[in-house]
Amino acid sequence: MMLFYWISLVLVSIGFTGLLFRLVKGPTIADRVVALDAIGISLVSIIALLSLIIGTEFFLEVIVLLSILSFIGTTAFAKFLERGEIFDRNNHH
Amino acid sequence: MRNSLREERFSIETIIINILIIVLMVTGVLFSLVTALGLIRLPDVYTRTHAASKSSTLGVLCILLATFIHFWLIEDIFNTQLIIAIVFLFITAPVGGHLIGRAAYMSGIKVADETVRDDMESAIKEKKEDILNRKAPEE
Repeated sequence: MMLFYWISLVLVSIGFTGLLFRLVKGPTIADRVVALDAIGISLVSIIALLSLIIGTEFFLEVIVLLSILSFIGTTAFAKFLERGEIFDRNNHH
Repeated sequence: MRNSLREERFSIETIIINILIIVLMVTGVLFSLVTALGLIRLPDVYTRTHAASKSSTLGVLCILLATFIHFWLIEDIFNTQLIIAIVFLFITAPVGGHLIGRAAYMSGIKVADETVRDDMESAIKEKKEDILNRKAPEE
């Protein structure tokens, strides 16, 4: 069973590396934000697998915190990308 | 004491729990790999958003569920935070993907050449004309 968890961790880490490739290469900012969002979610599953391998329950608090922080970061980046658009300006008047 | 007894017994119950964990974990790992593949191979921000929000949500959901079952049924720890994390991720990850896609369209990123149909363009044009018509009589 432990070997199975290790193999899962290696496979998820390979996926993580692919997301890092998109984060570095991505042609636009939106590509990088999408990759960053997926990296945050992938990091959650890596931490879950790590807590299974080490065998402690104390890492599970990190999962909640990381998912909340990842969502807030994504929302902030989306707002930053969208700012200055014609709809927003008209709605303030 | 109890833990060692449980490991010695190696009952049918343990085997069923392990099969459940393995099925969930394999599904989660496969979806995580599909996410990476989609983010590398797809041609467009919008299609990449589709890959990143849908499949990675299901993948992390399955992995967290497997972790929860492992801690609950094998190590006798009922962890409520994991359930909160599962529900939170299930709600917020698609919302985040939708927000990024909308922001990308509003900041003027072009769709890929293979795109067949773009409903957002006509909707934005309609909305702009609507706002201009509403503003004209006031001034």
